[in-house]
Amino acid sequence: MEHKAPIYTWMGIDFDLSIVLMTTVSSIIVFLLAVLATRSLAMKPTGMQNFMEWAVDFVKGIINSTMDWKTGGRFLTLGLTLIMYIFVSNMLGLPFAIAYGHELWWKSPTADPSITLTLAVMVVALTHYYGVKMKGGKKYAADYFKPMWFLFPLKIIEEFANTLTLGLRLYGNIYAGEILLGLLVGLSHQGIFAGVLGIIPLVVWQGFSVFVGSIQAFIFTMLTMVYLSHKVSDDH
Amino acid sequence: MQSLVLASAFPIGNILFQLLAFLILLVLLRKFAWGPLMGIMKERQNFITNEIEAAEKNRKESEAQLALQVAELKQAREEARMIIENAKKQGEAQGEAIIQASRKEAERVKEEALADIASEKDKAVATLRSEVASLSVMIASKVIAKELDERSQEKLIHDYLQEAGESK
Repeated sequence: MEHKAPIYTWMGIDFDLSIVLMTTVSSIIVFLLAVLATRSLAMKPTGMQNFMEWAVDFVKGIINSTMDWKTGGRFLTLGLTLIMYIFVSNMLGLPFAIAYGHELWWKSPTADPSITLTLAVMVVALTHYYGVKMKGGKKYAADYFKPMWFLFPLKIIEEFANTLTLGLRLYGNIYAGEILLGLLVGLSHQGIFAGVLGIIPLVVWQGFSVFVGSIQAFIFTMLTMVYLSHKVSDDH
Repeated sequence: MQSLVLASAFPIGNILFQLLAFLILLVLLRKFAWGPLMGIMKERQNFITNEIEAAEKNRKESEAQLALQVAELKQAREEARMIIENAKKQGEAQGEAIIQASRKEAERVKEEALADIASEKDKAVATLRSEVASLSVMIASKVIAKELDERSQEKLIHDYLQEAGESK
């Protein structure tokens, strides 16, 4: 498992090419999935349209459970894109990993902290943006001193903690899943017997990873909506 | 060394690329997938709302119609009953009137007949009387002509005539 990341430096900026590749692949898959599913829209939904409408209703349910629809409706597209992107990213690393030489090319992009933390920081930045936009700077700032003024330092810490936990939770779950998958696959290098024996836990763990990947996508979207509602809702 | 590890774990390019990719994905999906999808969901919702409203309206309308029909039926039945009753009453009255009229008519006819009979009888009696008178005169004159002379005959006739006239 001593894979290195294929780093490429362009104009003084480091790019991890495997991440670039996997991010692009996930984006394209999500885009194709969504666009193909909504290609032939009809009042009587069929096939993929049903699935996409189910996804929309699912995210709607998440939003409705954290804030009322009047303020939360605008986050529907964000939530949908997030949940689909993260889900697809989580799934990408499950069936196989491709390493070329010592460089790991194909893996879940969410098994990389830079990706998950980027998403987390983006989400938290969005919560601040919408907090200021929808409640005004004054009320936004006043929220830091509620319910008690001396909780202000905790509130500041909370923002960073939220960001870190949001990103690292996703990263940790997916990365751990891939490490274990790698180890189980690595068993086959030890001999035929170990390889055959390793297939059973490998299948089990893959199934569990599918579950974990779905749950993490859901949790990430859910927490995004929770943080957003903390910032944009009046009743807190 | 520390910063090198950190830099290799978080290549700035990753972050920039990821951010850019996600934002582009967000914009593209909003434009090409979520927009139309939510549009059609909204449309369907409106459609269903309209359908329900229309059904509700139709139901109300038909209920009102039904109530109207029932009321009208009741009225019609009432009217029919009244018409029949009227006709019965009228028929009875008419029958009564007819009976009354025919009774009166019969009475009149009877009366007339009685009067006719009476006058005919009177007439017959009168005729008979005059006939009897003249016959008796004729008989008497025939009888008397044999036994009386002219004078006493005349006197006798005169007496008789007088008598006949008085008795009349």
